Amino acid sequence: MIRDPKDLKRYTAHERANHWVVGMSFILLALSGLALFHPLFWPLTNLFGGGTWTRILHPFIGVLMAFSFLALYHRFKALNEMTPTDWEWVGRVKEMVDGDDHNMPEQGKYNGGQKLLFWALAVCVLLLFVSGIPLWRAFFDPPVGLARLAAVVHAVAASVMIGLITVHVYAAIWVKGTIRAMWYGTVTRAWARQHHRAWYRQVTGK
Amino acid sequence: MALQSLDIARRSATTTPSPSVRQTTEVAKLIDVSTCIGCKACQAACMEWNDIRDPVGWNLGMYDNPVNLTENSWTVMRFSEFEENGKLEWLIRKDGCMHCADPGCLKACPAPGAIIQYANGIVDFHEENCIGCGYCITGCPFNVPRISKKDGKAYKCTLCSDRVAVGQAPACVKACPTGAIQYGSKEQMKDYAATRVKDLNERGYKNAGLYDPQGVGGTHVMYVLHHADRPQLYSGLPAEPSVSPLVGLWKGIAKPLATATMALVGIASLFHYITKGPNEVSKETEKEVEKEDAA
Repeated sequence: MIRDPKDLKRYTAHERANHWVVGMSFILLALSGLALFHPLFWPLTNLFGGGTWTRILHPFIGVLMAFSFLALYHRFKALNEMTPTDWEWVGRVKEMVDGDDHNMPEQGKYNGGQKLLFWALAVCVLLLFVSGIPLWRAFFDPPVGLARLAAVVHAVAASVMIGLITVHVYAAIWVKGTIRAMWYGTVTRAWARQHHRAWYRQVTGK
Repeated sequence: MALQSLDIARRSATTTPSPSVRQTTEVAKLIDVSTCIGCKACQAACMEWNDIRDPVGWNLGMYDNPVNLTENSWTVMRFSEFEENGKLEWLIRKDGCMHCADPGCLKACPAPGAIIQYANGIVDFHEENCIGCGYCITGCPFNVPRISKKDGKAYKCTLCSDRVAVGQAPACVKACPTGAIQYGSKEQMKDYAATRVKDLNERGYKNAGLYDPQGVGGTHVMYVLHHADRPQLYSGLPAEPSVSPLVGLWKGIAKPLATATMALVGIASLFHYITKGPNEVSKETEKEVEKEDAA
């Protein structure tokens, strides 16, 4: 949908659909995974039809997220290579967090923080997928030492990923005019100029 | 599986105290390996009392039958031939749940009330609460629990908790023809074991001793071994079993630490928004864009 003919296209429909398949499966995985992690979260099993259904469904949703994330990874990996400017941006992230981003180094389609988040998420998904296999008792019967290691890796990677996604979601809420890019694909020119000036110049030629 | 609801010492995935007003004596089963003849009456009695049957399996050229614990075989005799100084010894061990004082299965279990430890020391699976995740297998230092292919639930020896609850000895104890399996209070069993160890010492087994591993807080199934210095000789009985440090990490510090960290990230985000305000496109930038577009 084009709200204003001057709006800039940031994501195609395919990119958005891919992102939301990952997003929805992540939410389901976080809720069902937390339910089996700490008794505090056990009531979340009710969302999935009880404890046994939670145990049955979680790994299948995990496979869905792993493959949909792989697709997303291939779509965006080239855009997420770190440059010296990105490292400079990361070094000055405190100014950004303090709410004064006017003097931050010019950013392309993604800033240094978004790029680091991308790679951190890729590592988390890889670790979760690999460590999830020995925990899937319905289909695998691993040596007990491997299962124990996998349980720790799975828990740590999941906690880190939930933290990262919280930051990812919050950043989208905090920076006004961002979420619409993932709903209908466009952003305003002013948004692009303020937050991703190099990308703005590139797509507008200004 | 009987619901002895007043004397629960610990309940899986439960953070508040369990009903524990009734204090009961700690019980134990003592398996004297030195007087076991390998007749498997205990296996038959276990199948009879619990009314479970393994399908007829395969002869793999050994006496062990079935060859491993299964969801239908909660106890299995393990036979091992051990030669030393030109002497052959047939070491036979009745394998099954050890009913640890510090049970790795219960620690790992995510389903509230699927694993119960009674005040008498019995660690019991309540299959109706089991979700079939297999974390108990990951937590167990003795490789005991088995997930059923039929219903996806975990099973193991109950120490005949239903019989014990009404003052009966476990079925295997009843059936043993040589008195190699004894049952009573844990203290009684330790005393009885001491007499057996003394007898074995006098008969030349210098290293005879009681197997009541302290790494898991002691067990409620104990062995008298002629070679207590080398428990591994008895079909891989672990010398120093304990709940793995990885399981301790996963089900110990990781739980509150990860929960607190995740909560903190969420709360910090909220307070960041409240203190710094939203990051909006500035009026200045909007004007500049309009100017550039007009040009």
